Amino acid sequence: MALNLIRPQFIVERDRERCIDCRVCENQCANGVHRWDQTRREMTLDTSQCVNCHRCVVMCPTEALTVVATPHRFRDNANWTDKAIYEIYHQAATGQVLLTSMGNDRAHHIYWDHLLLNACQVTNPPIDPLREPMELKTFVGAKPDRLLNQRGEIEDDLPPQVELEIPVMFSAMSLGSISLNVHKALARAAQELGICYNTGEGGLHKDLRQYGKNTIVQVASGRFGVDIDYLRAGSAIEIKIGQGAKPGIGGHLPGSKVSSQISETRMIPRGTDAISPAPHHDIYSIEDLKQLVYSLKEAVRYQKPVGVKIAAVHNVAAIASGVARAGADFIAIDGYRGGTGAAPLRTRDNVGIPIEFALAAVDNRLREEGIRHRLSIIAAGSIRNSADVIKAIALGADAVYIGTAALLAVGCHMCQKCYTGKCNWGIATQDPWLTKRVNPDVASRRLINLLRAWEHEIKEMLGGMGINSLDSLRSNRLMLRGINLSDKEREILGVLAAGE
Amino acid sequence: MKRIVALAEYCLGCGLCAVYCSALHTAPDLDLVRAFRQPKRLAAGITVEKNLEFAVARSCRHCENPYCVESCITGAMVKDPLTGEVWCDVERCVACWTCVAACPYGMVTISQGPHDQHPHAQKCDLCRNLSEVPVCVLKCPNEALVLVEEEGVA
Repeated sequence: MALNLIRPQFIVERDRERCIDCRVCENQCANGVHRWDQTRREMTLDTSQCVNCHRCVVMCPTEALTVVATPHRFRDNANWTDKAIYEIYHQAATGQVLLTSMGNDRAHHIYWDHLLLNACQVTNPPIDPLREPMELKTFVGAKPDRLLNQRGEIEDDLPPQVELEIPVMFSAMSLGSISLNVHKALARAAQELGICYNTGEGGLHKDLRQYGKNTIVQVASGRFGVDIDYLRAGSAIEIKIGQGAKPGIGGHLPGSKVSSQISETRMIPRGTDAISPAPHHDIYSIEDLKQLVYSLKEAVRYQKPVGVKIAAVHNVAAIASGVARAGADFIAIDGYRGGTGAAPLRTRDNVGIPIEFALAAVDNRLREEGIRHRLSIIAAGSIRNSADVIKAIALGADAVYIGTAALLAVGCHMCQKCYTGKCNWGIATQDPWLTKRVNPDVASRRLINLLRAWEHEIKEMLGGMGINSLDSLRSNRLMLRGINLSDKEREILGVLAAGE
Repeated sequence: MKRIVALAEYCLGCGLCAVYCSALHTAPDLDLVRAFRQPKRLAAGITVEKNLEFAVARSCRHCENPYCVESCITGAMVKDPLTGEVWCDVERCVACWTCVAACPYGMVTISQGPHDQHPHAQKCDLCRNLSEVPVCVLKCPNEALVLVEEEGVA
């Protein structure tokens, strides 16, 4: 075998003074980094397999373990970085497309952090959310063309809506990309919080049908698990056209992950690869999309909103306009930092645009065309905290999707190795030894805690701005100011500069 | 009557329950590292059984009519009439191992602590006098061990 040019990226350091040889690290590492040496009767290490997921570090009862980046470096070169060189070595050795997982990790501007919020001082009073009611309730769905009907009364014949207690939902993560235990946790948390989770394209497991009211069912290009019961099971249907992490690319769940559970839910034979084509083979135009939107609406007797999820790409505004005209009740836009269970590295790192720009552009375009009310906008693609949520809403979103943040709450440590199927945190795997590491009771509690905390923070910030209802913030870009942004960037975002 | 219920569905097989059990019973006043540095360490009253992807932590059931108590030749093994806890009075144990042989669940073991003069029977005592909630339940990282309270003395 030829020389392997790839050196380990991480070093696992074991403090022998603290290690008690309990072997917990060994039984928790799916990558085989820790091993028990029977002859010397102590733990040994194979650091080359370490992905820096911190499972052993967190589980070690005596804090004897630390994972550090290797100090071993190539000669400094700002162009040919270590990462760039190792990618060449890897491809030269294997001939493979480089795979990765989770969202784009490049050090591009994070535009959320270049937006600042307003607050009341002297001339208008802030509101204390602990003393006064604060409305975060959000309705996702098309709104009527006018407030008053022909008889001059308030129009109450509304298209179907999804009611959310807080404007945050769990974004589409399929059963297959994540485990059933994580799906259970998301579903239970969504029910408790009065929001929705999204099934992703992998169908709806029979155990989760009971959470229908809090479920958005997804119809993607592979049409996995789609039948009439599935469509009727949720409170809304989402047609997945694209995903922020890999716009223009389909999906591939390897046969090794298609267990009997996945096979039953996706309605495909066990052990076969589940391939989602890049396009929907029946959608090549807005007119085609309209047919699918109305087929689905017809299937659910116009009782549930039907939306479309697209990746944020260059001409996202025009596409969104088309989606609105295709009759969608909501559009989910996924920015280029959105996560994934597996994507080609080059696509994830180089395709798509930031959600901040896409969101502002879509909201502007739909308003200019007078069709903004015809659909709700859901922003996705790396919403990291409650401030991002507030800023997204001020840029024009009705609600947001969180995927990565939700997985982090469940225990994800962002090692970006979901595609290996050996998630040591039991999230992005179907290995029964690993999936039980997520106890849905614990995980749903943590998800509920996270969003309750965000809810409090959102109310605080809203109150500070003197706003007592989220509806008054929607598209209210006067509440935003840009910092360290070019004039063009501010123009697209539709915000003034700080100090203006 | 308290019992530890193990949820096999969520047992990681990590063995932290046994680590903490052994450390607490060996040296309640010491931290984990120091407890494990003792020349002799008490066996844990909880054992993780593993087979392929299956794992479950087994410990004493604190039976209604415990064979270990019935078989004890010195009266060292007793069932607390109030709490229902079955525990071994180390001072009275003469290390005859009748209880070890009598327990149908294999939950009594032979052990020797750092300060004990002689080996003795060792088993789960629900951390009586040591911890309000048994330490295995407290430390289980996935809440796969649950303390349940049942009506009356078992």
